[in-house]
Amino acid sequence: MIVAAAHATTLAEDCLQRNAWICPEYVRTRWPDISAALSEHVLITVVSVTLGTLIAFPMALLARRLPRFRGPVVGVSTALYTIPSLAMFSLLLPFTGLAVATVVTGLTLYSLTILVRNFLAGFDGVPEDVREAARGMGYGPGRLLFGVELPLALPSVFAGLRIAAVSTIALTTIGVIVGFGGLGNLISRGLNSFFKAEVFTASVLCVFLAVVADLVLLGAQRVATPWRRGANA
Amino acid sequence: MGWFTGAIAWLLDPANWQGPNGVAVRLVEHLGLTAASLGLACAIALPVALWLGHVGRGGALAINVSNVGRAVPTFALLAIFTLGPPPLGRSTFSIVLALTLFAIPPIITNTYVGVRGVDREVVEAATGMGMSGSQVLRRVELPLAVPLLMNGVRIAAVQIVATATIAALVAGGGLGRIITSGFTRQDQDQVVAGALLVGLMALVVELAFEYLQRLLDPVRAGRDRSGPHPSVPRGPARPGAAVAAAQP
Repeated sequence: MIVAAAHATTLAEDCLQRNAWICPEYVRTRWPDISAALSEHVLITVVSVTLGTLIAFPMALLARRLPRFRGPVVGVSTALYTIPSLAMFSLLLPFTGLAVATVVTGLTLYSLTILVRNFLAGFDGVPEDVREAARGMGYGPGRLLFGVELPLALPSVFAGLRIAAVSTIALTTIGVIVGFGGLGNLISRGLNSFFKAEVFTASVLCVFLAVVADLVLLGAQRVATPWRRGANA
Repeated sequence: MGWFTGAIAWLLDPANWQGPNGVAVRLVEHLGLTAASLGLACAIALPVALWLGHVGRGGALAINVSNVGRAVPTFALLAIFTLGPPPLGRSTFSIVLALTLFAIPPIITNTYVGVRGVDREVVEAATGMGMSGSQVLRRVELPLAVPLLMNGVRIAAVQIVATATIAALVAGGGLGRIITSGFTRQDQDQVVAGALLVGLMALVVELAFEYLQRLLDPVRAGRDRSGPHPSVPRGPARPGAAVAAAQP
């Protein structure tokens, strides 16, 4: 028994010595490290997408109420989205410094641009006769927005949220340039020390996080739009 | 505004443009990486997507490949390739391979949607006129799919320009190196100057491909020549309606 256990340990440690891509021993011994990076990653993503949503909503309303703002809003958001992430974080550096705020600001801007367009597309998709009917039933502008238009725009809003969340999770890794990249910190450190298990584990966790976020938002969408169950596959 | 004037001063200094680490060399590297990867991605993705769209199969695959592409961090794939065995490793091959892989999904998705979006009646009319399958694809479906096809190529091009920047994080060449070396030297002017160059390049590529997209649209060209004509078949969904890509 003891011999077998000792043999198992050497095999497990062996994957560290062999510098294998997949190494459970790495995950076991460095878990505090990994979980700290994971929490940073989740926190950055959640804060950025939430801020993006909170800013995108009034922007979409403004662009819809005042059509002359629509062109600039869509144009600026397209231009922002075109700027590569490394450049975006670098351009924010003079204002926010080597801080997590740089990463969060950049990622908020990206999710904002995705969400404004999807909010607008959602509002545009509300049929005019539905609005007419609501007004005829005595709905004021506020109740029309929150009781009729916003619920009908939800599928488009959630589609945007899913894209924003998944791409923000991938982009957070680039935050390593200012020292706050969540799992990207591990990828960068593993790359510099040729530690394959660290790079691979962090990369797989990134993809895993993206899949989880996508599924959670899909579930939230089904809960929020019960009348569409069966329609959204 | 000190940050901006400092960056402009950095850009106006001729010394920063010369030498093996100068802006000129980095710019050429960046354009070279972009052209090679975009060419490869088109050569692989276009035939596959056109054929899938023509026979109407693999729709779920063609759509989902973009979602998968979005979920994989470019930095992660570049790092894995860099630590991989030859011909991977710290090589241009690794970087071009990664850039190509990330450029394929938007081309496949948009081209597939473009071909499938061609009015079935138009395809049936072409078949009724005696066109063979490949003639239908070349002379009917392909021209009508051009707006979306070019939309995919544009997204891929912008994506490659952005991903090529990330290559600097794994010691590749390109304009990203100006940014990373600025960070290493704690020279904020250089960081911002590099970022301005990268952002400008992405915007120029975006605008150039938007122009190309308009130029190559045969339906629009036909309209422009002969004015609005009811018998001109409408192309598939306008580019704005197409699938957005990941921003690396």
